[in-house]
Amino acid sequence: MSLFEIALIGGMALITFSIRYGLFAVGHRVRFNPLVSRALTYVPVAVLTAIIAPAMLLPGDGSWQLSWQNAYLIGGIAAILIAALSRNLLATIFGGMLVFFLWRWLLA
Amino acid sequence: MSAHLKAFACGARDTLPMLLGALPFGIIFGTLAIASGLSMPATLLMSALVFAGSAQFIAVSLVASGAGLAVLLATTLIVNLRHMLYSASLLPYVRQLSPRWKVPLAFWLTDETYAVVHRHYLDANASNEHKHWYFLGSCLAMYSNWFVCTLIGALLGSSLPGMAGWGLDFAMVATFIGIVVPLLRTCPMLLSAVVAAVVAVAANGLPYKLGLMLAALAGVIAGVLAERWSLESGKLTGGVDEPV
Repeated sequence: MSLFEIALIGGMALITFSIRYGLFAVGHRVRFNPLVSRALTYVPVAVLTAIIAPAMLLPGDGSWQLSWQNAYLIGGIAAILIAALSRNLLATIFGGMLVFFLWRWLLA
Repeated sequence: MSAHLKAFACGARDTLPMLLGALPFGIIFGTLAIASGLSMPATLLMSALVFAGSAQFIAVSLVASGAGLAVLLATTLIVNLRHMLYSASLLPYVRQLSPRWKVPLAFWLTDETYAVVHRHYLDANASNEHKHWYFLGSCLAMYSNWFVCTLIGALLGSSLPGMAGWGLDFAMVATFIGIVVPLLRTCPMLLSAVVAAVVAVAANGLPYKLGLMLAALAGVIAGVLAERWSLESGKLTGGVDEPV
């Protein structure tokens, strides 16, 4: 393992555990500022979408690829449609990947 | 079977559907981690010591794109902050336990286990005395499943070195889409996603993947503002999700 990997895993483990254990350690009831707890509910959607959008529109080298030849875009649109209709994680993963690989294969 | 073992087994059993969902996620994580250039021991150690699926996925994709340590750790913090809501919500039930219990239960607290265990704590028919054993059963089921899936994925990834070029990174995109889309049930949520997407694409060229942080922050602010605005103007008809 490289030094970078040790620092990465050690840091991630420490941060994650502190978040999960902090309140258990303090032990008395905690009331969150309502604004903070509202903001936290938007975190998963905001973070994940911030990863999804560039991965679909600017895949690879980071150049703009708004084209039907972009398999990431087509596969992503398919996955969004499947997710919206089925709300099923497994169906979205497998359906999206199927469209992505088929599209690549058709274009090759 | 003793009462604690029974509670333990029930916790593991009730977590089974969650295991099924985490299965491909874990395998894809292992494969992607190797394809992104993480070593085999680092991949396994990350699943063993961090044990936070979405944060691990994001970390691996950031490693692949050459992000620095500071950005990786800041992202981990932001992505995992939601766990604080879970521990706040479970605190009344576990506060009387000794640290010998609280430390491992906190370490293993994931979205899936929270969902299963919280429901059980509210169940008046189950005996209160053994609910922490139920909690432990759910934890260990998730943990062993996640570790074994990571191992399978990592072995797959290292036995097929060409896999990096297969476009498996799309598996992560599809997984995230499958998580996000069902959450977009209210206008503020939808707006939060749209703002995050636009900012992420516009700021993609920034160094150290700072665009991700900026986009996440913009998305959260947009969501909170939209929620306030729609509450004030009384236009909110759908139920906003309560924060646990």
